[in-house]
Amino acid sequence: MRVFITDALAIDLDSEQWICTGCDAELGSARENYKKGLRVRPRDPREIHAPIIDPDRYEFTFAPDPEWVRIVEYYCPHCARQIEAEYLPPGHPPAHDIDFDLDALKAQWADREPLAEPALGPEFVAPPHHHKKGGG
Amino acid sequence: MTLDTSDAPGGAAGETPDEGVSEFLRDASLFLAPDKTIMENHGIEERTPLEDRCMAAESDPARLEIVRERLLAGANESFDMLESMGAAPGAKWGDCVSAIFTAKGDLSLASTGGVVIFCNLVQYPIKFINKYWTGEPTVGVKEGDVFLVNDARYGQAHNTDQSMMMPVFWEGELVAWAGATVHEGENGAIEPGGMPSMAEQIWDEGLKMSPFKVAENYTLRRDIVTFLQNSVREPKLQYSDMKVKMFTCRRLEQRIHEAIREFGVEAVVSCLRSNLEDTDTEVRRRLEEWPDGTVRHSWWTDGTLRENALIKINLALTKKGDTLIFDYRGSSPEFTNRSNNSLDITLKGMLAQLFLTYVWPDLPRNQGVLNPIEFVFDERSILKPDFGTPNAQSMMSVFTSWSVAQVSVMKFLYSVPRKYTRVLAPWFNMINTFLFGGVTQHGEMVGNVCADINGMGGGALPDRDGQHSCAPIFATMADIGEQEFMEEEMPFVQLVSKKLMKDNQGFGRQRGGMGYQMILALRDSPIWGFMLTAIGSKFPNVPGLFGGYGCPTYPLSRISGVDVFEKMQSDPASFRYSIEALMNERPFEDGEYSTHPMFLPYALAERGELYMIAQGTGGGFGDPLERDPEDVMRDFEEELVSDDVAWRIYRVVFDPETRIVDREATAAARDDVRKERLAESLSFDEYCAQHVADGPPAELPYFGSWDDPAMVYAGSRDRYFPAGAVNPPVIMQNPLEAKIERLEAELARAGRG
Repeated sequence: MRVFITDALAIDLDSEQWICTGCDAELGSARENYKKGLRVRPRDPREIHAPIIDPDRYEFTFAPDPEWVRIVEYYCPHCARQIEAEYLPPGHPPAHDIDFDLDALKAQWADREPLAEPALGPEFVAPPHHHKKGGG
Repeated sequence: MTLDTSDAPGGAAGETPDEGVSEFLRDASLFLAPDKTIMENHGIEERTPLEDRCMAAESDPARLEIVRERLLAGANESFDMLESMGAAPGAKWGDCVSAIFTAKGDLSLASTGGVVIFCNLVQYPIKFINKYWTGEPTVGVKEGDVFLVNDARYGQAHNTDQSMMMPVFWEGELVAWAGATVHEGENGAIEPGGMPSMAEQIWDEGLKMSPFKVAENYTLRRDIVTFLQNSVREPKLQYSDMKVKMFTCRRLEQRIHEAIREFGVEAVVSCLRSNLEDTDTEVRRRLEEWPDGTVRHSWWTDGTLRENALIKINLALTKKGDTLIFDYRGSSPEFTNRSNNSLDITLKGMLAQLFLTYVWPDLPRNQGVLNPIEFVFDERSILKPDFGTPNAQSMMSVFTSWSVAQVSVMKFLYSVPRKYTRVLAPWFNMINTFLFGGVTQHGEMVGNVCADINGMGGGALPDRDGQHSCAPIFATMADIGEQEFMEEEMPFVQLVSKKLMKDNQGFGRQRGGMGYQMILALRDSPIWGFMLTAIGSKFPNVPGLFGGYGCPTYPLSRISGVDVFEKMQSDPASFRYSIEALMNERPFEDGEYSTHPMFLPYALAERGELYMIAQGTGGGFGDPLERDPEDVMRDFEEELVSDDVAWRIYRVVFDPETRIVDREATAAARDDVRKERLAESLSFDEYCAQHVADGPPAELPYFGSWDDPAMVYAGSRDRYFPAGAVNPPVIMQNPLEAKIERLEAELARAGRG
């Protein structure tokens, strides 16, 4: 049975493997950090968030400072889907962000029906708006 | 030096076995500081004998639901009163709340609209009043009394908010409390507007109202009102909103009394208590549905509002069974002479808002939601500073901490089969707007904040884009006000207002809601100044989710040495209607163009010079390469993205004239990017070996843990301490002194050359 853990990752409870939901490839043991099974690419943040005002003239340009932050991208090694984009100071270790108790997960899903696709939840409904304009 | 009486026995006489000792200690207390036993308990109180009796007498859920709806209608009615009558700009756009509390002080029922964090924090001053003033012969708590508080350390989000609290009696017995809170703005601090980034000591933060009585027999004491008016820049606002909040509380009291007359006191008290217990039970049931485990996430704020610094907020969120533990250890140490510290209670209150708005919006809005949740902080950290440490700009750390929690909670939520709302990428979280102070065109002195604080972009969802400049993270029902109303009262004009800024986008398969730009200028005032109190000019404020990107960074742009109103008369065609065009095309020859971080200490403005900022965008969701090309084209058509972003980020091949997408070419181009990704990436082990360092870059002012949450840096690599034991503490240099030192060193070097 598969459990959808993120938009790009599932865990196969039987094989105990991380699975890429883009290409169904196995990515490594679900008892380990999923990032260990991915390709990793550090990016200069200006390649993503490019300057909007002239970087030759101004110190602050809407682009992050590469001396302060790098964007670390993680890809599926098979289909190259971008699974995570982590913002870190240069040199900072990546987070072991999703560290679930696999045995507890198995026990929890033993009583649940498998899902064919992720459960999105109820339709988004905007909260009631209380501020009345023009006395309306 | 501070005096902490938290270990001194309190409460009504006769509470302890040795009444004489207790009374002696109470009388010997020099100062009733915030009580640790109150401030460190965010859970619900034990049932009182009254609650036991009432719950035994009335437990029919259908009847209690009717009572609850009746009381909620009263809370909503009183909230409408507060919003309609409140004089503060904040009240006008919903930065306020009204609520009903139990007799013990627990938040039981907040208005449907309004800011949950405000009333969640009012539990603390009510409990202080119950404990210290009820039995105090010089104060007492009687029907018709009204109390006021603004000191965050006794229980507020920050000192610019003022909360009023009124005990509700029935047949001589205290049965509930009514409360009303407004972000008032001006509070007499070192800078106008109530949120002073220049505050280096708590004494720079303006009024420090511990919970105290301001009205008896439903009548404000004019001597006290006068004292408060005399302590702030807006005496009219202080008086009028005290009246507004008091009458809001009176309406709540009236509705509670009416409910008691109709349903009985047992039903009302039982309802207020059941709200809390039922919410606690339901939250525990829902937490059981989450996977067990830990999600870790860190983020960095990039400034103290006086200087740029890299300040870590570190979270390990652990869920086991029906309990959730927020462990923020390893976050930055406190800044003893800066205002960017947040009290732990403030963060807890914000997290209540996270659950009640973004996770379980169907739950009743009360503090029972936090009852199954535990928190761990380092002492003397940026999220649990010492009593004497400033906290007036707590938003700089609490909003980041909130977003770190939002990301972490979403990573737990995604796999849960039954959801109560949708998973969401991070909402933008920073107060990108101007504060102001000075004399208006009507001759009045004011100090407050623009409602544009409420224009934060929404996060993207799995199946749809985020909403543009939608609502602040702390009040999803608030709005951005009417600019024309503001301009009637204030002497500045927003020449460009509510215009979305191109390419200011959290990229993703679904993109974040975008932020608008605002360009404003002073027009008619003898003396006027602006402030800006935000961060995120070097390190973005929020990430994306599951492969989506976060927001970009934001500068303050200025054009000085020009009167744009004169230009509009003499050469109207010279004006440009975007920051990008004004700064890149430089249409005013005599103007001085500059950029700055998003913090600006209060500075006097000249007529017609331009101040320009943009609101932030919410995070994107999923791989941007999977964005439907038609969605990219829609954004292109609406001038939300440039052709550069359409190609560089989304890799869409299209005809710029017709906007017709070449699907085959797009697919091929995207495949090329995928090949490039694999070719230019490393294995995880290779990445760690080549790019992970054993500490922060030596040239960066870094605060907080690196790889070990038990150890924190305090500004440099040689200042490395066990968390909670930074000694000497962090004391930042005056930025002007630092600048003078730099300039003197330059002069000295030039002299030698």
